[in-house]
Amino acid sequence: MALEAEATVDASLETVLRPAEAAPLVRWWRTVVRSVAPVILALIAGGLLLLVLGRNPVRFYVAVWQGGIELGGWQNSLVLMAPLLLIALGLIIVFRAGIWNLGYDGQYLLGAALVAGFGPSILPNWPTPIAYAVLFLMAGCAGALWTVIPALLKAWYETNEIITTLMMSFIGVGVANILVKGPFQDPTVNIPQTRTIPFNKMLPDVGGTRVDIGVLIALAAVLVVHYMLTRTSFGLKLAVLGANQRTARHVGINLRQVILRAFLWSGFLIGLAAVVDILGLWAYVRANWNPGYGDTVIPFVFLARLNPLVIVPFVVFYAVLSTGGDLAAQQANLPTDFLLVLVALILLFMTVIEYLGRRRDLGQSYLTPALRDALRRPLVRRRSAQ
Amino acid sequence: MTPKESPSRAPAIELISITKRFPGVLANDRVSLTVQHGEVLCLLGENGAGKSTLISILSGMLRPDNGSIRVDGAEVSIRSPRDALRLGVGTVYQHSTLIPALSVLENLLLGARSGLMLDRDGARKRLAEMAGMLGIEVDPEARTGDLALGRQQQVEIISALWRGSRVLVLDEPTSMLTPQGVEELQKVLRRLKEQGTAIVFITHKLHEALAIGDRVTILRRGRLAGALSPEQLGTWSVEDLRAAIVRLMFGEDTAGVAGAAELSADLAKVEQEHSGLSTAALDGTTFLELKSVSAKGEGTEPGIEAVSLQVRAGEILGVAGIDGNGQRALAEAIAGQRRVTAGTVELFGVAVNRMSVSARQRLGLRYMTDDRLGEGIVRNLGVALNMFLKRIGEPPFWKWGRIDRRRINAEASAMVKAFDIRTPGLDTRAGTLSGGNTQKLLLARELSFDPKVVVFHKPTYGLDLKTTEHVRAVIRDLVHKGAAAMVISTDLDELIELCGRIAVLSRGRLVGVVDNGPNAVDQIGSLMIGTSKELEVA
Repeated sequence: MALEAEATVDASLETVLRPAEAAPLVRWWRTVVRSVAPVILALIAGGLLLLVLGRNPVRFYVAVWQGGIELGGWQNSLVLMAPLLLIALGLIIVFRAGIWNLGYDGQYLLGAALVAGFGPSILPNWPTPIAYAVLFLMAGCAGALWTVIPALLKAWYETNEIITTLMMSFIGVGVANILVKGPFQDPTVNIPQTRTIPFNKMLPDVGGTRVDIGVLIALAAVLVVHYMLTRTSFGLKLAVLGANQRTARHVGINLRQVILRAFLWSGFLIGLAAVVDILGLWAYVRANWNPGYGDTVIPFVFLARLNPLVIVPFVVFYAVLSTGGDLAAQQANLPTDFLLVLVALILLFMTVIEYLGRRRDLGQSYLTPALRDALRRPLVRRRSAQ
Repeated sequence: MTPKESPSRAPAIELISITKRFPGVLANDRVSLTVQHGEVLCLLGENGAGKSTLISILSGMLRPDNGSIRVDGAEVSIRSPRDALRLGVGTVYQHSTLIPALSVLENLLLGARSGLMLDRDGARKRLAEMAGMLGIEVDPEARTGDLALGRQQQVEIISALWRGSRVLVLDEPTSMLTPQGVEELQKVLRRLKEQGTAIVFITHKLHEALAIGDRVTILRRGRLAGALSPEQLGTWSVEDLRAAIVRLMFGEDTAGVAGAAELSADLAKVEQEHSGLSTAALDGTTFLELKSVSAKGEGTEPGIEAVSLQVRAGEILGVAGIDGNGQRALAEAIAGQRRVTAGTVELFGVAVNRMSVSARQRLGLRYMTDDRLGEGIVRNLGVALNMFLKRIGEPPFWKWGRIDRRRINAEASAMVKAFDIRTPGLDTRAGTLSGGNTQKLLLARELSFDPKVVVFHKPTYGLDLKTTEHVRAVIRDLVHKGAAAMVISTDLDELIELCGRIAVLSRGRLVGVVDNGPNAVDQIGSLMIGTSKELEVA
């Protein structure tokens, strides 16, 4: 006891500079509140918005529930979960290392274009398992490859990856469109789109449902990534790099290698999201098509605090909201874009809670310090140049 | 009735029962202080005793929860640093607040009453007047960044007194100074005292308090632990004063007394071992050698140029120098964290320039960083994991890339015991440990698993007396077992206590190596100052 008291006195100077450490249970509870509160507040605000628009919010949310879960809607929700989960995992890996990969659109669409381009010719002619393996690897590697330039620039020259991944994404989206309109164009139609993968060659369904095995692949990936982050040396290296780059350098972690590997894994998983989505749901790709999964999943990745297990309930929530919301919006005679309003409201309330948390010095943030610094760096430069 | 015209009998400053609470800590608990005009009050205490909080309250950076402040007998409330200056309380902070790119005069004008136009001529006159009063010379047009740190501090003192302050607060003013700089500071303070200025001098160094203070007040755990009056300081012997102060700093409870006894036992041991140390070092083989190594600086801190030195087995080589003279570049060049642009770093006779940080670690090189929180640990990871950060992926703690938690925890709890780390548990987040325990954690990490060459960078900076002695004992023990150690420190007393030879680093160059002996302090001091004076003339 006396020893402990002494330790506290020793610490008092630092405590002056840093808010007091709350009890573990209190910290855990705060985390839960901060994760769930923005979602609930967004639903409430969305309801008020519906009222203003002259719709019945209760009826709207009931319709979401019916469309997303009842009446077989749960099957559509599960199908949608597969690409969302895989993209979320890809983001979690880099975010853990304090790196932004905002090039998910380019990585996803390149993978999707390749699968939809080669799938119709490979699948009917090759043994199915081999064809699947080739397509999975192809899309995964395409996604990974598209991160290489930002990764090398970041690892060797500390170039801000927010800018490079976004630029690469624009190029990737463009290349995917060129592929779809050019070599992969379906010669039998006038619309710019690829040929369609034969229905019997799509990913098999889980016994007796319309849900393909994509969601099982995604859930398996959740477990693999969780294991990787919590049990392997690579996961710890990611955590150290994400927590403090100077510490990572000091303890002898090969920064370049870890940055490169984090990017490759991220791109690979996002590429896998494309295969699962094309082989499970869409069967073809149309030019200028972009489901924009990454943008919608990012807020949830931060609400889940970069935890691959916690992301699952959030993705379930969004999948239900999305599938049911389509139906509900139609019933309420609203554009389906109303769902984007709800996602935007979640982001808005995250910002508000983040601001309040900082004001009250709760010492918790949705973003890790490294990610926040990377976001700020270009702004800081601009300011000093003025 | 303005206070300037009537040198009133009332004390310059009275703090009455000041209490300041932070979440979980009582930083100041009913502290009362009085400072008279023309007197130096030394405020002594360990880290975390509440000195900085008290000073922040006095200078308007913090507001007390309870208690009152009187200036010249009148009750006042100090809500901001501006209020403090208006009331005649000037503060010199531990770290420079001058703008390096501006001239001395411009820096002083920043603190002046802001009119529409800058009154340069008036300011020049005032500066000459004040420099004359303090007995120093300052070139008003010199860029402050080019001045030596001691000179910069004099400018800070002038700045604090610029608007006629009659109370001067100095927060750990000697931490950045050479021995000669400390002497000059003492002269300046003596002259200020003669002018009737009241001075509050904060320090954690005992001998400074005794040399400079008219009265010494000791803070402990946020409370006033005791005070020594001018009479006591004048009549007691140095040993008695020391004993009294140590008792007041550590307290009379069992833990404190045990600590003090330990401390004096340690000190006795040092003196015994000291003579043997330097001779033992001579027959050791060279473990670490730098052959005219250069490395670039980072930001405002300089790099190193053509540094050559040797560290032998069984030896502690000290590297003295004022902060920011290339210490970090030197340490990082050895550790492999910074690219060497010229020359070679050799470990056991093998050039390691191209080896990575971890490859050098595997050879037995360890670097204990001075930036414990910013570089040493990951705050959000547990104590056990932090102790194994330098062995990530290595068997037997990782098998096939998979962490063996049980093994790590077993080893970690042995390390916690061996290095006396006080932590609630192995999974406790390292960021919640106190400064002393954080340092012990780093010691445990660097000194376990057979270290052969260890570079310590400011190993006891900011630690309390007991932990300081503990760390030094560990370093001594290490070299007794045959390892080689390099201690980079800005605390000359520490180097004198520990090292056989002391190299002096100045502006990134090694300006000399001094054998530890009776004249070492003077030699080192003149080596430090020699180069900086040359540069000032040029």
